[in-house]
Formats: sequence, structure tokens, C-alpha cells
Amino acid sequence: MTRDEITEAVLRALSDVAPEADPATLRPDVSLRDQLDIDSMDLLNFVIGIHEQVHVDIPEADYARLQTLDEVVDYLVEKTAP
Amino acid sequence: MAEFVMPALGADMSVGTLMKWLKQPGETVARGDIIAVVHTDKADVEVEVFTSGVLERVLVEPGAQVPVGAALAVIREDGAPAAPRAPAPPAAPALFPAAVPEAAPHIAISPSARHLAEELGIDPALIHGSGPSGRIQRKDVEAAAAAREPTAAPPPVPTRAPPAAAPPTTPPAAPPAGPAIEDRNAAVRRAIASAMSRSKREIPHFYLGQTIHMSNAIAWLAQENLRRPVPERLLHGVLLVKAVALALREVPELNAVWQGDELVRREDINVGVAIALRGGGLVAPAIHETDRLSLDELMHAFRDLVSRARSWSLRSSEMSDPTITVTSLGERGVETVFGVIFPPQVAIVGFGTLVERPWISEGQVLICPVVNASLSADHRVTDGHRASAFLAAIDRLLQEPDKL
Amino acid sequence: MSTVKLTYREAVRAALSHALATDERVFLMGEDVGGYGGAFAVSLGLLEEYGPERVRNTPLSESGFVGAGIGAALGGMRPIVEVMTINFSMLALDQIVNNAATLRYMSGGQMSVPLVVRMATGGGRQLAAQHAHSLEAWYAHIPGIRALAPATVEDARGMLLAALEDPDPVFIFEHATLYPLEDEVEEEPRPVDIARATVRREGTDVTLVTYGGSLGKCLDAAEQLLQEGIEAEVIDLRTLRPLDMSTVLASLAKTHRIVVVDEGWRTGSLAGEISAQIMESGFDSLDWPVQRLCSAEVPIPYAKHLEDAALPSSERVAALVREMAI
Repeated sequence: MTRDEITEAVLRALSDVAPEADPATLRPDVSLRDQLDIDSMDLLNFVIGIHEQVHVDIPEADYARLQTLDEVVDYLVEKTAP
Repeated sequence: MAEFVMPALGADMSVGTLMKWLKQPGETVARGDIIAVVHTDKADVEVEVFTSGVLERVLVEPGAQVPVGAALAVIREDGAPAAPRAPAPPAAPALFPAAVPEAAPHIAISPSARHLAEELGIDPALIHGSGPSGRIQRKDVEAAAAAREPTAAPPPVPTRAPPAAAPPTTPPAAPPAGPAIEDRNAAVRRAIASAMSRSKREIPHFYLGQTIHMSNAIAWLAQENLRRPVPERLLHGVLLVKAVALALREVPELNAVWQGDELVRREDINVGVAIALRGGGLVAPAIHETDRLSLDELMHAFRDLVSRARSWSLRSSEMSDPTITVTSLGERGVETVFGVIFPPQVAIVGFGTLVERPWISEGQVLICPVVNASLSADHRVTDGHRASAFLAAIDRLLQEPDKL
Repeated sequence: MSTVKLTYREAVRAALSHALATDERVFLMGEDVGGYGGAFAVSLGLLEEYGPERVRNTPLSESGFVGAGIGAALGGMRPIVEVMTINFSMLALDQIVNNAATLRYMSGGQMSVPLVVRMATGGGRQLAAQHAHSLEAWYAHIPGIRALAPATVEDARGMLLAALEDPDPVFIFEHATLYPLEDEVEEEPRPVDIARATVRREGTDVTLVTYGGSLGKCLDAAEQLLQEGIEAEVIDLRTLRPLDMSTVLASLAKTHRIVVVDEGWRTGSLAGEISAQIMESGFDSLDWPVQRLCSAEVPIPYAKHLEDAALPSSERVAALVREMAI
């Protein structure tokens, strides 16, 4: 998948858990939890959503690396690299 | 004949609005079937019927706001003879007279058309009759059925799969069209305000706290989640909820409600889990028989409740059945929460954020994950001694997570 | 199997002949049935074939010869009494109602009256007020007897044979306008079922229930209505006592609208009885009140245009159906 495709997939998974999230106003370099109302259930659902869309299994140990949108996309790009 | 009345879906509810009927006159209903959707300040709730039989007649039309206790429909119980066709529905008590339908004027409708209208769930009063003197005929009913808008699809929530091995459902889709989010949230706020004020007015709260050492639990959970596929991962919250449920078996007087002047113990342990609504507000619907569910089942139930709470489609029994509430502010970084008891419950358990703290163990200082558990309890019902036994039980149970 | 073309008249004759040939207890008696061959030529040739003991002319006394028929039946014979028309049967009503219908009951079952009475009935031939009655409703009213109305060639032949097998009185009403009706039937005469009504034409929009001479009018009306997009189901009652309401109600459940076409006068008609039974047993199927088309409430006129106006017609059936907002 291209970086853009991954970004789209991430935004889709994000809007499933936080429907009020507006991609236009979302700051990619600011913590998602600071911008959106996301709790641990939402985070888990987000991870599951990513797993379904991008087919990457994110272990719990890596959750800390996924604070911002940029970090999430970077992480997934790395994991899906051939 | 049994009456199906507007249920009280919360201690502070006095009126509800009938949103839509999910069963039509003439249909068989079984105890537990969902028969209607009722709108309250807090939620659109699916309401179950507690009589088996046939839905004989609905007395209240969608959109009508009626007081708690007002008759909404008549159910002919199994074995009871069919009622003669009574012309007018009984009027509900006069709090909201405009909202209640008056005695129905005589409607000219052929017997066959009447049956067809019942079958199709169309009120004859709304059908234009093309027969002599405006008599409604079958084809008028058919025309009305064709012209009627298709019933609004239920909110897009995942199907409630059986608790066993089914994988958890996918994340919820966008919330359905309904009253604007702001209106709903304002209504929820009002309802919470009312309940919380009443709670503080009437319930003599006392508070106990306990720091619970969570190394075992967290380590066990990490191991579990490593070996589980992504959709089956457990949140640490389910360990906490299960521990609370099992602890209630040891201190059953906390699994009770205060009604009138006395404590009424409950057989089933239905833990209410506090769920934050997007945009503000809180609901705490029940997970039924929490103590009997496996962690997987609990996780699944919890996830299902969260999605339905956020899409405004909880069921009446979930709203009215909690016997105790668990609230957790683990995400917000607050270490301890002292909750306000939701009447008519008699206790609320709070869990703070999981934090790493120094812990003395066998003369050594270790860094351990801990959580602060608190109990707010009704002093009419229990005292510090029994309440602390409860917290101690939760602590003890969380030390052996594999046994939860 | 092989078929034969017969008129209604020939069909009745064929049944009489078959009965006379196969059962020596059977004999025919009535006014002018012998040498004259019958007022409607039904028994033409039978005297020659079977002789005066089996085909017997009677005096002009309905009460007398119907009574004699009852007596013969009581004695073990199988008489077929021909009353020239239903108009004259009124002179024999006491025999019919008080003897033929009651003797089984009054004798505690010791006696039965296996009598068959045939009568021509109905109007439409300009025979005026005293000779155009349709009084089948009176017979359908009497417990203890059967009343049949053959409307087809096959029924004209088969109902008589079935009636002869009945140990109790059977009255057969042959609408006089049907005698020339022609149709193809099985060669071999055999009895037909006399307990059931028959759906003669299927439809979904309205049910037309009728008997005897009005069947053809209903079938014509159905054909007319089809051009207008209305599909009428036509039921031939065939038996007037007892009525086969199950066939009628089944049709009503399908169409929800029903018209009873009955040549008798409306008031106190058989159509009224059928309507009441439909209301009792088929209420929930009704999308429209039961409609009746009967003869106008006047003694039947002699002048053709007036007689036509007084009796049911296919045009009036169709007009009535059009008013039912199908």
C-alpha cells in the first residue's frame, strides 16, 4: 500500500471510533488523545480497525509509539514495507 | 389482558416518549421480546415486554410522550380469550393530555380491510377510505401501505453475537440520524443532574479507598494479549469488572437496591459499567450476570454495550437492572475517583488510572503498576467493616487474574 | 372415453331411460308424460319403450298424484313424479311438506319416502305472472328433503340418477329455458355428486354465486367484466338444500366481494339465506357488503320487455359488480 492509502485507511479506522473527527482539522503531529475523546476501548477498536484495513497486527507493547497520526502512519509504512 | 406500561428506565425518569412500535397488533410476543423503542433524556431504549401472548392493541402512537406507568398497549396473554373489539383506548393520566389519543371516532372500514390494516400495522384513522361514505376498503389499506415510508432502519449497531467463542464485533458505524447531538447531550446532562442531586440529597455516602497492586494482573494480561489475535484482546478494565462481580458474592448486601425504606437484595449480579458518551454525558448500563461470564464474554459484552450506548440503542433492562456501578477514569490520568452512587443502587466502585508507583515487597522497593480502587457506599445499608471486606476481596481476586 | 352431444332435455330423458331400464322399481308419472311425451318433451318415446305400467299419465291433480307417489315410495317403489312446473306444485305442498318431508321423522325412522319429484321452473318465456315463479327458496326451507338445481347438461342427467339413490325425498328444479342447452358429455350415464357446489369459472376480484337458469347469465357477465379488467369467479350452487357454503366461503376468502344472483324475489329469497350465512361465517373476509341480484319485486310480467326488466340479466349482474368499487 502507498503512504496515501495507509493514511486513508487510518483515517477510516479513526472515524469509526471517533465519528466527529474531521480529517481537515486533525493535526497530524499532535497527540490523537489530546485532540479526540478516545479511551482504551476506542484505542483497541482503532487497532482492530487498522488490523482489518491494513492487515498489520500492532502489539500492545507498541501502543506507546502511536501518539500522533504521523506516528501511526509511519509505523504502518514501516510494518508494511516489503 | 395484561397492560404494557411505560417503564421507569431510571430512578429519576417521570415521562418517556414512545418512538416506535417494533411489534404490531396481532403479532405474538414472548416474554423478553423487544416491543418498542422509548426515548428518555438519556437514551433511546429498546423496551422488552414481560408477558407472553398476542399484542392485542396499541394505545399510544409513536411520538406521544406519556408518564411512567401509563398504559402503552394491551397484550392478550396466552390462554386468555380474545377481547371484543373495544372502540377507544383508555386515556393515560392527565399529566400530558395533549399527547394521549382521545377515544377513537368510529371509522367505517370493511372487516377484511380492518384485518389487513392490523396485519400491516397501519392505523385505520390514517387511511383514506374510497368506499361509500368514506368506508375504507382493502385497496385503500394497500395504497396506504405502499405510500408509507419504509420504517427507519434500526441504528447501525453490530449484531449481538452469542457470548461464547464468537469474535468481538467490528467497531460501530456513525451514529444514526436522530435529535442533534447537542440536544441529546443537553438532555443527558439534565438527567444526570437530576439523578446526582437526588443521590447526594438522599444517600448518606461514605468512602473507602484501597491501592491495589496490579503486577500479576498486568503481566498476565500482557501474556494473554500476546497470544490472542487482535480482535480478541482484553482490556484491563474487564479484569476489574470481573473482580468486582466476584467480590459481590462475598459481600452480597452491596448487590442490592434501596426501595422505599428497605434494602432489597438482588439475586443476579448485574454490574453497571459507566460509559462516557461522545460529546459529554454518561450512561451506566448493566452487564447481566457479570459474575458468570468469562473474561472473553465480558469483553464482548462490554464492547457491545459501549457501541450501543454511543449509538443510543440500549435496552430497557440494561438501563434498569444494574445492581452496582463501576466507574473507571483510567484514561484521564486521575489516580482516584470517588463516585456518586446511582440511586436506587447502594454502592459505586471507582478505579483510577493504572500508574507505576514504588511498592514495598519483602523489604524491597519495587516499581509496580498499581490502581487506586475506591468504594462509595450507602451508610444506611452497610458500614466500614463490611465495605472494607469488599475492597479487600477485589484486591485479593486481582492477584490471581487467571482465576477471574 | 367416448362422448356424446346432448341437449339438457335429452340428458334428462337419458337418465329416465337408464333408470327405467336398470331398476324395475322405477316408474315415471305426471301430467302428459305418456303419449304426449311430456309438456317439455322430456319423456318423448319412453312410453313406447317401457310401456304404460312404467310411464303413467296422471289426472290434473297435483295433490293427488304427488300423494300417490308418496304412497308408492312408502310401498317400496322408486317413483319419479313429474310436476309440470313449480307453479303447480303449490297444489301439492301439503303432501310435500306434511307427508313426504315428515314421515321418516314422525314414524321414528320406520318409514322412508324415496321419492323423486322433478319440476320445470322459472320465467323468461312470457308465460306471465302465474307461470313464471321461481319458488326454489320455499323448498330449500323445508327440513327432511333435498333440493337440487341442475344447470348443466351433465348435471341434468347425473343428478336424477343420484337422486334415485337417496332414501329420502329429492326435488329437482329444471329451469325451463335450459332444455335446449346443448353440451358434450360422457356417453355412459352415471350419477354425479349432489353435495357440492362447483366453481364454473375462476376469478380473483369478485364471486358470483348462482344456480339453475341464472348460471349462464353469470358466465356471460363474467366474460363482459373481463373486458373491463375484472375477473369474476362464478359458482354454481347445484344443491340448494343443503347448501355447500364451504365452497362459497373459500371463494370469498379469495375475492372478498360476493354477489348472489337468484331468480326468486329478493324478499325472503334463498340469496338472503346465503347472505346471512356469509355474514355469520365469512364476516372477516368481506371487503364489501354481500350484494344480491334478484327478480324485481313484482308478479312476473307477460310483456317481453317488462319480463326482461324484472328478471336478472347478465347486464344487470355486470352493472352491480361495477358498483362494488373493485
